[in-house]
Amino acid sequence: MSAVIEEHHDHHDHKPSGIGRWLFSTNHKDIGTMYLWFSFVMFFIGGAMALVIRAELFQPGLQLVEPEFFNQMTTLHGLIMVFGVIMPGFVGLANWMVPMMIGAPDMALPRMNNWSFWLLPAAFGILIASLIMSLMGMGSAPNFGWTFYAPLSTTYGPASTDYFIFSVHLMGISSIMGAINIIATIMNLRAPGMSYMKMPIFVWTWFITAYLLIAVMPVLAGVVTMMLMDRNFGTSFFNAAGGGDPVMFQHVFWFFGHPEVYIMILPAFGVVSQIVPTFARKKIFGYSSMVYATASIAFLSFIVWAHHMFTTGMPVAGELFFMYATMLIAIPTGVKVFNWVSTMWRGSMTFETPMLFAIGFIFLFTIGGFTGLMMCIAPADFQYHDTYFIVAHFHYVLATGAAFSIMAAVYFWIPKWTGNMYDEKLGKLHFWMTAISANVLFFPMHFVGLAGMPRRIPDYSLQFAEFNAMASVGAFVFGFSQLIFLYNVIKTTRGGKKATDQVWDGADGLEWTLPSPAPFHSFTTPPTLK
Amino acid sequence: MRAAKHVAGLLGLMFTSGQALAAMQMNLSPGVTSFSQGAYDIHTMVMWICVAIGAVVFGAMIYSIFTHRKSKGAVSAEFHDNTAIEIIWTIVPFLILIAMAIPATKVLLAMEDTSNSDMSIKVTGYQWKWHYDYLGEDINFFSNISTPDAANLSTNASVKKDETYLLDVDNKLVIPVDTKVRLLFTSNDVIHAWWVPAFGVKKDAIPGYINESWVNVPEPGIYRGKCAELCGKNHGFMPVVVEAKSKEDYVAWVSGQKTAAAEAAASAEKTWTKADLMSHGEKVYATACGACHQANGEGLPNVFPGLKGSAIAVGDIAKHIDVVVNGVSGTAMQAFGAQLNDADLAAVITYERNAWGNDTGDVVQPSNIKAAR
Amino acid sequence: MSSQPNNIDGANNNSTTRVITRLMFVVVGMFGFGFAMVPLYDVFCDVTGINGKTGDKVTLAENLQVDTSRLIEVEFIASLNDSMPWEFKPSQHSIKVHPGEPTRITYVAINRTDHAIVGQAVPSVAPGRAAEYFQKTECFCFTEQKLEAGEEKEMPVIFVVDPELPDDVSQLALSYTFFIKPSGASKNTASLVNNSNQEI
Repeated sequence: MSAVIEEHHDHHDHKPSGIGRWLFSTNHKDIGTMYLWFSFVMFFIGGAMALVIRAELFQPGLQLVEPEFFNQMTTLHGLIMVFGVIMPGFVGLANWMVPMMIGAPDMALPRMNNWSFWLLPAAFGILIASLIMSLMGMGSAPNFGWTFYAPLSTTYGPASTDYFIFSVHLMGISSIMGAINIIATIMNLRAPGMSYMKMPIFVWTWFITAYLLIAVMPVLAGVVTMMLMDRNFGTSFFNAAGGGDPVMFQHVFWFFGHPEVYIMILPAFGVVSQIVPTFARKKIFGYSSMVYATASIAFLSFIVWAHHMFTTGMPVAGELFFMYATMLIAIPTGVKVFNWVSTMWRGSMTFETPMLFAIGFIFLFTIGGFTGLMMCIAPADFQYHDTYFIVAHFHYVLATGAAFSIMAAVYFWIPKWTGNMYDEKLGKLHFWMTAISANVLFFPMHFVGLAGMPRRIPDYSLQFAEFNAMASVGAFVFGFSQLIFLYNVIKTTRGGKKATDQVWDGADGLEWTLPSPAPFHSFTTPPTLK
Repeated sequence: MRAAKHVAGLLGLMFTSGQALAAMQMNLSPGVTSFSQGAYDIHTMVMWICVAIGAVVFGAMIYSIFTHRKSKGAVSAEFHDNTAIEIIWTIVPFLILIAMAIPATKVLLAMEDTSNSDMSIKVTGYQWKWHYDYLGEDINFFSNISTPDAANLSTNASVKKDETYLLDVDNKLVIPVDTKVRLLFTSNDVIHAWWVPAFGVKKDAIPGYINESWVNVPEPGIYRGKCAELCGKNHGFMPVVVEAKSKEDYVAWVSGQKTAAAEAAASAEKTWTKADLMSHGEKVYATACGACHQANGEGLPNVFPGLKGSAIAVGDIAKHIDVVVNGVSGTAMQAFGAQLNDADLAAVITYERNAWGNDTGDVVQPSNIKAAR
Repeated sequence: MSSQPNNIDGANNNSTTRVITRLMFVVVGMFGFGFAMVPLYDVFCDVTGINGKTGDKVTLAENLQVDTSRLIEVEFIASLNDSMPWEFKPSQHSIKVHPGEPTRITYVAINRTDHAIVGQAVPSVAPGRAAEYFQKTECFCFTEQKLEAGEEKEMPVIFVVDPELPDDVSQLALSYTFFIKPSGASKNTASLVNNSNQEI
């Protein structure tokens, strides 16, 4: 196969055809496309589960599902959104853009890249199969929350738990291989003259994210392996009966889990750092601080994990340490926000859809950041922990944060990918409907959380009814608004106003020197940097 | 002035006792203990600091969005760094964080008050109820949700939804006011968490381990909370209800408990009629068994076995008693001998053997249970 | 994994291979670190007493000096896990001791079922920071206790509260939780699925 390509690719843009093109792809653009479509499909699946949840929570009382099934919905919704939407979405963006941004012809390990992708449908096939079996009355799908604490997930977990563990291993291998690929690509394949401090910020954020991934995904693999051993091989890692400790599960899990949430947000920061300068027609403010701030956030993310565990009975010294360390993260994060605003300041801004989503990100992610700061204050957290206040926080940073940035990125780069401009009117409609409904959906969750509503419950006391009803209405509008996005994306792949190479007036970078659509093989000879 | 204080107190009670329908409550309540007040104060302070910072940052953004637009003819400036300002906006937030950290630390340390408590209660989380054991007294009981039918899709509609919906239990935790009560938490099975917002106390109940906290409640009243750690299917259906009584009322309650315990022991001696056993058994079943085996006795396929027509419920009585009293290790079937008294066990087993068409005609007396133990 | 990226900028496959090798070491190392956290956690808990892990019994090097100026109240808690059908209680619910003074108390367990059961008790101390000052020279922690059908057993605990116990702690709780000793395969609801369709 490679012989054929080598013969031809100097002459014309020869793409393989048929299903083999996709199954055996070693092309970063095609693999990027597959990751993005996978992420989009999973977004609707995970979103459907969210709608089941919000439909049940529309009113007090149980109307639609048994509590046992509700727990499966919350668990799978979380797993799918974290591992099936946000992470693959960002990997898709990385695959498409990182080689082009650094002037490389492809990723360093194109065949491993293929495997990284194809592991994901396998992994999620297993997870969704367990749900289908549950719907057919053959036992429960995972029902212990995406955080799968022991012993609920070990001693008391359903039979599908072992499949869940296998699925997590597959996802982990996919992420680790992807991360290795990204680091090798960025370290070795930059065009001559592109020093590290000349790389686009998106590349920097992915570089740092990749290090986080290889550091913590193996720890996740370790903790699910310990679970497997406790369940099947008679060990007692988390079983007090045998001398184990359920709280240790939480330590190992969150040692992975906290850097994981930064894995899900650093690329978002990178996307916003590409978009805002473009539409403000002004260079990013404080490039080096942005790089150092990202690195500081990544480093700090390793020493804050136990802020998820303030109610487990930690000694005061531990609570104080984790409180202080978590507060520190606010500083580099704040620096980034200030720098984005300073990039906008005295720029010459236009507000096409990518910029709308990027600005929406800055507003709404920052709200999530503020509630995060509130939550790290340990004595206050005793009232917030495991309530809807927490649910509100992480949906602001992940849905109106990370997911908004992925939407922004798609609008931003789809002209480069397809050669066509998306429909701007539909894009703006999608933005406003999404942004408004997201706030109707998630903002009331702050209130019910503070008022005393715990999370992961299928039914609630009457005093929480009004805000839950509001949130459910917002959820359905939010969910159906994404169909506008789907329509726009499909429409754009099929045609539209032709895009220029540069696409956007303020766009700057190697990727914008390529034609739109970018050729199947680009930068086969390295570019010279201006 | 006094009237105003009374009204304020009443309002405060409304919000903290949870008895009034505090609909659309948007903020934390200050609660009734120093913990809850401390949490409320620091929460308020940090929240307003965030609002202030947000106002500045978002204000600048909004101003920029309207002023620095291309459509208004704005031309982009060239600057893209400024070391001085970056240093300032790194140091100033750092100072703000210190200003937050100091009161937060004080509040946390104040919760570490280790003066001796006057009484200790062991709180054990079960799937899906709480157990309270007054250490040193011979008082211990389970606290189940008062409306177990709420937890099933098929029976939820029949449950009255009033302001204590999902917030009421059959046996409340009763404590005296103005007394430092030490609470010791553990769990029988998975991790649960005991939470009463009005007290500002939330602590994980971990199997095999013991956690401690304390409360000192100044005002008599009923305080309601919920389990705050996912613990399985009825996580949302195991509320916490604490009644703080005046010291005199508490003493009366304690002696009432002891009398009731003596009566229960006596009722285990007598012979019950089948009708009494069935009606009492139905109540016990609803509270202790229905969560898994369902009100209709059919269970959940492949998760919890049905009892209707099952070999255990219509077969050998001794075997049925053994399963209920001693549980089945390796499964979710708990050892109810440790949780229910002889009369309750006799009643529920009699009920199971005769309900849903099982109709064995068997009658199990409390004395049979006692003999089997 | 011998893919051949274009050789641009003199970047050769060796440097890619080097990067990958180093990163794989990190991956394997972090996986090992996850498992290493298990004993590390125990060591950390032992040393600091966090989480109330008192550990197993100790042999005291020498007799500690009794501090008669302090009285520490120790409460005794007995818990049974899940389907453990024994009765289990402390012989006394609390005791007041001087730090440094060895004290003996007992717990009682009764197996009222008709078959032998092997149990294992797990200790825990509250508050967590007092755990490292609570030394047991004899206890039944983590050792299998087999009770025949109908058997009743008294199990002693001899402990000493270290005089170094911080001044502000004067109330401790010692808890034992009895579990049914996990056998070869630990509790696994695969057996639940089987049982639900069969006669138990």
